Amino acid sequence: MSSGEVIISPPHMVGTKLQVENLNVIFTRDGKSTAVLQDINLEVSEGEFVCLVGPSGCGKSTLLNTLGGFLSPTSGTVSIDGEVVRGPDPRRIFVFQERGVFPWLTVEGNIGFGLFKLAHSERQVRIAHYVKMVGLGGFEDAYPSELSGGMKQRLEVARALAVNPDMLYLDEPFGALDSITRHTMRGELLRIWETERKTIVFVTHDIDEAVQLADRVVVMSARPAVIQQIVKIDIPHPRDISSPRYLELRDGILQQIGLAHKI
Amino acid sequence: MNPLAEPNKWERLLWPMLASALLLVLWHYAVLWSGTKVLPSPLQVERGMLELLYKNVLWQDIGSSLRRVAIGFGAATALGIPLGLILGWYPAANQIVNPVMQILRPISPIAWIPVAIILFGVGDNAAVFLIFLGAFFPIVVACVNGVSNVPLFYRRAGRNFGLMPAQLLTRVVFPAALPQIIIGLRMALGIAWLVVVAAEMVAVDSGLGYLVIDARNSGKRYDLVVAAMITIGVVGLALDSGFRRLEAIKSIRWGFGK
Amino acid sequence: MIGHHPRSLKLARMDDDHALDYVVDAVGKSKLECARIASKRQHQVKNAKRERKNILNLLVRLRPIAFIAVLLIAWQAAVSRHPVHTLPSPWGVVGGIADLLRHGLLFKYVVASLFRVTWGFGLATIIGIPLGLIIGWNRRSEMAINPLVQVFRPISPLAWIPLAILWFGVGDSAAIFLIFLGCFFPLLLTAINAVKNIPSVYVNAGRNFGLRPPDLVYRVLYPAVVPQLLIGLRITLGIAWLVVVAAEMIAVDSGLGFLIVDARNAGNRYDLVVAGMVMIGLIGLLLDTAMRSLETVKSFRWAYSED
Repeated sequence: MSSGEVIISPPHMVGTKLQVENLNVIFTRDGKSTAVLQDINLEVSEGEFVCLVGPSGCGKSTLLNTLGGFLSPTSGTVSIDGEVVRGPDPRRIFVFQERGVFPWLTVEGNIGFGLFKLAHSERQVRIAHYVKMVGLGGFEDAYPSELSGGMKQRLEVARALAVNPDMLYLDEPFGALDSITRHTMRGELLRIWETERKTIVFVTHDIDEAVQLADRVVVMSARPAVIQQIVKIDIPHPRDISSPRYLELRDGILQQIGLAHKI
Repeated sequence: MNPLAEPNKWERLLWPMLASALLLVLWHYAVLWSGTKVLPSPLQVERGMLELLYKNVLWQDIGSSLRRVAIGFGAATALGIPLGLILGWYPAANQIVNPVMQILRPISPIAWIPVAIILFGVGDNAAVFLIFLGAFFPIVVACVNGVSNVPLFYRRAGRNFGLMPAQLLTRVVFPAALPQIIIGLRMALGIAWLVVVAAEMVAVDSGLGYLVIDARNSGKRYDLVVAAMITIGVVGLALDSGFRRLEAIKSIRWGFGK
Repeated sequence: MIGHHPRSLKLARMDDDHALDYVVDAVGKSKLECARIASKRQHQVKNAKRERKNILNLLVRLRPIAFIAVLLIAWQAAVSRHPVHTLPSPWGVVGGIADLLRHGLLFKYVVASLFRVTWGFGLATIIGIPLGLIIGWNRRSEMAINPLVQVFRPISPLAWIPLAILWFGVGDSAAIFLIFLGCFFPLLLTAINAVKNIPSVYVNAGRNFGLRPPDLVYRVLYPAVVPQLLIGLRITLGIAWLVVVAAEMIAVDSGLGFLIVDARNAGNRYDLVVAGMVMIGLIGLLLDTAMRSLETVKSFRWAYSED
């Protein structure tokens, strides 16, 4: 059983994309300070798919927001490609739950949102490409209020991909979907990832989801959050969710977090 | 009739018409049986209305009132929305200006009449100024609330895509706040309509408000008074309904829930 | 104590325990006393920081007042530069208020206005809200009544003045009637909408637990509508305050609205006019704030929580 081990880069990846060093985040309000993240050290290679799991409210979203440049660390650094992160940047796009989609724009409007620097014709080509890629063909003129939860999520992913970022940060993107749609969306996400190899950091509280998707799973403790364990998932895609190796890895994480094995 | 059953579409017309008919009948017989002189009967009012229409007075007055509302409300929108957006965007600015607004807001525009007359003299401009005052504060408040209620992740998404603050305001914050702003505009329009009638009763000599006062003063024509009142109600309702159409536009309708 | 001293360099290279011992040696006091002195310094630094923060907070809170002061100064300057004999300066207004206080008029007028508001608003609440709740409960009655109310609502209460004077004569009753009209329709609509907006899950849960209609009203309907009603009441109180002032300018002989008209007609006392306006603004604000504090009562607050 793997536990608290040294990070091994998967063979087909090269180069460190994201580097987190001694990251501490402390929130102060009215004189009271709460340590949310403590001594986080993490390295993510280019093209890697990393999942952050942990109990609700432990600080995974805070970590993601810090990586994205929306929060400043109290101490420590976050660097991408060697450059320290100082604020949000279109090279690393956040995907929230489907409510992040802009309700006043159509599907086309949303996907084209970040493309304001392109010429009109080029923009249309890009939009059409991503509409097709996420399977929203025929809905170009629909408004988000007319779409289902899964479709809105796909729209948000398309919007993120359209600007061709290096990295994607996903914060519990499938959280509001029913479990059947979630299952399908995981497959979709992997399909898209294998076409356009972005570096992905994915936050979830669903351990199965993490083990199904990630190259590595970072297990975080409750607040103040530290990295308890980094588990390498060495099963190639597509992963059989009944295989012994899958169950072994998943149970290991369940045990690490301290969850009952029998319900 | 099953009280729990979903009403049919035609019932939307049926019930109000029944209720109106009932009201008219009650009104008519109340006047008839009490032999009262202080309330005109529906028939008298109807005749009065036709008289006004025939003499072309009604349309002119409606036009005057609408014109004043258009100018006053337009000015309030043109000044109020930018101010409201700025105050909503910079909480510090709002904190400074808000107390002044909270003191000025409860002062009825009618109370401003003496000041308005000093500044603008008796006439149209004073009336328009009062309408402006009445509409201005609700519009600013609605904009401030709209902007501050824009969810954080919309703004973060905008910044994420590399938008500069000015672009953020126009491409994310304003569209996101628009439903609330439109509601505020509709309420302000309702207020403007109330103020114009009141202002016309005091400061000018045309318009529906003036018609109400004049009908009574020159001849105690209470049938005309009531006819004018009903016109005021109907036009006001038409303005409100027209605005609600705006709220149905797809890129705004999302803000009103199911 | 430990400043730019040759020994401090040596100090910097030691760990905490050794450093403390070293200092104790050097200073010749006991360890405990040194620790006490150190913690006292820490406290002083903390306090200084907190004081700076408090002063900053105070300055921030004073900003709006500074803004008002700037406006008042600008007003004063404008009036003294172009003395319009009609428009008073801020100082003149203060003098006006003092005048009113001296003659005992201020109190009398404020009470008169509040009296009318209380009656008009109170009557509208007692009649309008239960009526609205009943009408809103049944889909069909709501369909019937709503359009009628929508036609009456845009009619300014002031447009009712000729009828009001005809029915009640000039005086308090007419003013109260106008305020009643101004409050009745908004409250009716508020109550109707509040009932319409009760989530059906609440009603179904109530029925599920076997509540008979009277209990249903008391234990489900009433708590569910209270938050929305409170907001409606606050807004309508604001309307009542606007209407009373307007009504008093036209139909009675006391009150703040009357003050404004009278001060102008009987001698162009514009300082009193503006004094009246200021009082109207302040009292209106007070009424609004008082209603808002009602909304913070815990058992009403369930509808206002963040999520």
